[in-house]
Amino acid sequence: MDTQNINLLEGREKQVYEKTAGGAEIEIACDKTSLSGSVSQRACVFCGSRVVLYPVADAIHIVHGPIGCAAYTWDIRGAVSSGPELHRLSFSTDLQEMDVIYGGEKKLYKSLVELIDQYQPNAAFIYSTCIIGLIGDDIDAVCKKVAKEKGIPVLPVHSEGFKGTKKDGYKAACHALMKLIGQGSTEGISKYSINILGEFNLAGEAWIIREYYEKMGIEVVATMTGDGRIDDIRRSHGATLNVVQCSGSMTTLAKDMEEKYGIPYIRVSYFGFEDMSKSLYDVAQHFPDRPDIMEKAKEIVRDEIRKYYPEMQKFKAALTGKKAAIYVGGAFKTFSLIKALRTIGMSVVLAGSQTGNKQDYKNLKEMCDEGTVIVDDSNPVELSKFVLEKEADLLIGGVKERPIAFKLGVGFCDHNHERKIPLAGFIGMYYFAKEVYESVMSPVWQFAPRKGGLR
Amino acid sequence: MTTNAPTMTAKTATQNACKLCNPLGACLAFRGIEQCVPFLHGSQGCATYIRRYLISHYKEPIDIASSNFNEETAVFGGSHNLKLGLKNVSQQYKPRVIGIATTCLSETIGDDVPMILKEYEAIMGGAANLPVMIFASTPSYSGTHIDGFHAAVRSAVKTLAVGGAKKNLVNLFSGMISPADIRYMKEILTDFGMPFMLLPDYSQTLDGGPWAEYHRIPPGGTPTSAIADSGCASASIEFSSTLEASKSAAGYLEAEFGVPRHQLPLPIGIKASDRFFAVLEELTELQMPEKYEDERRRLVDAYADGHKYIFGRKAILYGEEDLVISMAAFLREIGVVPVLCASGGKSGLMKKRMLELIPDLEEQGIEVREGVDFVDIEHEAERLQPDMLIGNSKGFTMSKKHDLPLIRIGFPIHDRFGGQCLHHLGYRGTQELFDRIVNTVIEERQKSSPIGYTYM
Repeated sequence: MDTQNINLLEGREKQVYEKTAGGAEIEIACDKTSLSGSVSQRACVFCGSRVVLYPVADAIHIVHGPIGCAAYTWDIRGAVSSGPELHRLSFSTDLQEMDVIYGGEKKLYKSLVELIDQYQPNAAFIYSTCIIGLIGDDIDAVCKKVAKEKGIPVLPVHSEGFKGTKKDGYKAACHALMKLIGQGSTEGISKYSINILGEFNLAGEAWIIREYYEKMGIEVVATMTGDGRIDDIRRSHGATLNVVQCSGSMTTLAKDMEEKYGIPYIRVSYFGFEDMSKSLYDVAQHFPDRPDIMEKAKEIVRDEIRKYYPEMQKFKAALTGKKAAIYVGGAFKTFSLIKALRTIGMSVVLAGSQTGNKQDYKNLKEMCDEGTVIVDDSNPVELSKFVLEKEADLLIGGVKERPIAFKLGVGFCDHNHERKIPLAGFIGMYYFAKEVYESVMSPVWQFAPRKGGLR
Repeated sequence: MTTNAPTMTAKTATQNACKLCNPLGACLAFRGIEQCVPFLHGSQGCATYIRRYLISHYKEPIDIASSNFNEETAVFGGSHNLKLGLKNVSQQYKPRVIGIATTCLSETIGDDVPMILKEYEAIMGGAANLPVMIFASTPSYSGTHIDGFHAAVRSAVKTLAVGGAKKNLVNLFSGMISPADIRYMKEILTDFGMPFMLLPDYSQTLDGGPWAEYHRIPPGGTPTSAIADSGCASASIEFSSTLEASKSAAGYLEAEFGVPRHQLPLPIGIKASDRFFAVLEELTELQMPEKYEDERRRLVDAYADGHKYIFGRKAILYGEEDLVISMAAFLREIGVVPVLCASGGKSGLMKKRMLELIPDLEEQGIEVREGVDFVDIEHEAERLQPDMLIGNSKGFTMSKKHDLPLIRIGFPIHDRFGGQCLHHLGYRGTQELFDRIVNTVIEERQKSSPIGYTYM
């Protein structure tokens, strides 16, 4: 691939790599802030915090700042709740010019008191945005005061947009959660128990996962944060094991809990038959004194795969030889996607992420076939070039990547926080394959200019 | 969990905002200038969130560059990042125009963007080597997306327009309307045989065809040469009820180059459309083309055919102030009562302008509320018991909860397909709106009637 042709910006050369036979082994540059003017697909620190904490459904989430940050995140996630739905409301202090000049603490205090009185939540998360970091509102003090007055946890989340990347937002969210953990009673929690971390219950995915573990005879103390409840989080330090998916977002919390409460953690993925099965076995292995747990895990895997296998074969027959491009938030997700795509006969020609780390990219290089492009923190110009040059039949990404695919006549599958179809678990793999099949095989692409449809 | 809302005057926090932020409007307007890349001076997140939001409505790629502030930038100023960003985006996108808008962050640290742009020009060897830079100050802590939209349009004109001998040319500043409405406006002006400059024109950039390759900047948009000519136009028409001359492009052209400004409400409904066509007739000294007489006749006919279904129906109307004002006047001319006319905007002019169009506003019990959010509106809905909601997709939650039909208009429409193709303006747009309102009422009747209303 001629990198000159794709017009890579100066400073981004080392973030793009093509795996070739005998090609140079470069270390992919990552963990950098986005280049100014590069039209990165990334968001900001606030986004990271909001994503992680969003599904906590019995807390109110208040964005302290001007209206934009709250308006653009109002009910955009696919995280569902089995009970309260406070997370789907959008609260903001909606700072005005005078607040910026004289400080927003009073407005924050009044807003908090008013919203807590109105909605009676079990906790409140206060997100500080760019401007708060500048004007220096002491949100910790306000939160402390209101917590005392109202008798509920009021948790500051230091998510000023410019203070790092989305990953720093994850950390800020984990710190806020850490303040809750340890506050509740752990009485009655089984020693065969886990917390599910980094699972956000998009389209009910956490319920699917939870059911598998419960069928195995394992108690799920808290899911963080899918279908999240404050009381569950408060007692989650009573669990025996932390099971971490979406490792970029929640490993910080798992590590902190390990350090403070001695709870070990394992990394898993719930995407694709292969990784889903492994995540059940890995958990079962953690309880060797109960062989029935492993037996049950095997039974679930057997039954579930049997259930979906015939349909999957149909999809595979149609999709074999088709090519996919992946550009998602976290790199860990990419590993699972590559495996999942292989089970339906598809190869991967582009594997990229917004926030992968060195180890992630190293693993990716090992996993990928020759000719695959690996990219960190890409942008629409690069992505569209790769998709076209590699003749991808499918792009997997989020809402911002979707129009790139459709404009160019390429199938698309949404694998972001906004999706409304569950892709986790065995049934999730079925939905995934079905969606991929429906998009890739659609007759509409015959009219795409790249397929000769240009008149 | 209780939902007893406190009295609205005591409310401090905004709950489910009925507005968006300033930079979004600027980015949208910049997308309506030919070969222009919008550029936000601030955090990466602002550009990304705004892109994401616009994509869900327009379903088109929307590339917005960012100067991507970090902690250092916030402390020491955004000059370096802005210059680097401009250089990078120029290299990658090869734009002829860059539309730069500020965010709350760059505004608060007090970056002097015009000065930075001058420095950048000097470093790069002068303006001739560079894309045109249009700068709009759009702090998100004041106003709403509409203010950012108008600020960007005004800046474009201020940057590019030059005076000179008057030409046979009309400027149309149509405001934040749908791509379909823009196309219709262009059709009308073309049919009048009047040379025109319409700004911004995102009818193609945000509603175009498929591509064989990625267009870094989609084709379409108002050419800069046309914007330059706007100072020589014989008149400007500006759709807005609340926009003050000091904040408007047409106001600038009038003050600077003596181009007369015709400020008109968005032409929704027969009366407002008549007003618009009357101005066109006056400016062109031509009669309205027969085609539009036909559209008008069909609309009057439809009003008669459908009037009984909707007379006295109550609607809650919300959205941008200008849209709400014009929609309310239209609803009155078909017999619907917009019991609440609400906006997150706060021009302070809404009621005054509405009274000019709806003199019996108070007798009809029509409430006009500025600066409201959706929790306010929902609270009012419980009291007012409307038959329908009319506004953007953000009313969906309320509509579902209270089992009220929602007629989607304006922006954003992100839970339905084809929001960018909806007509609102002129006789044709009014016809579409009228049909949808009547059909909504009929659908409700069908649902609740044992007979079923199978024939009319």
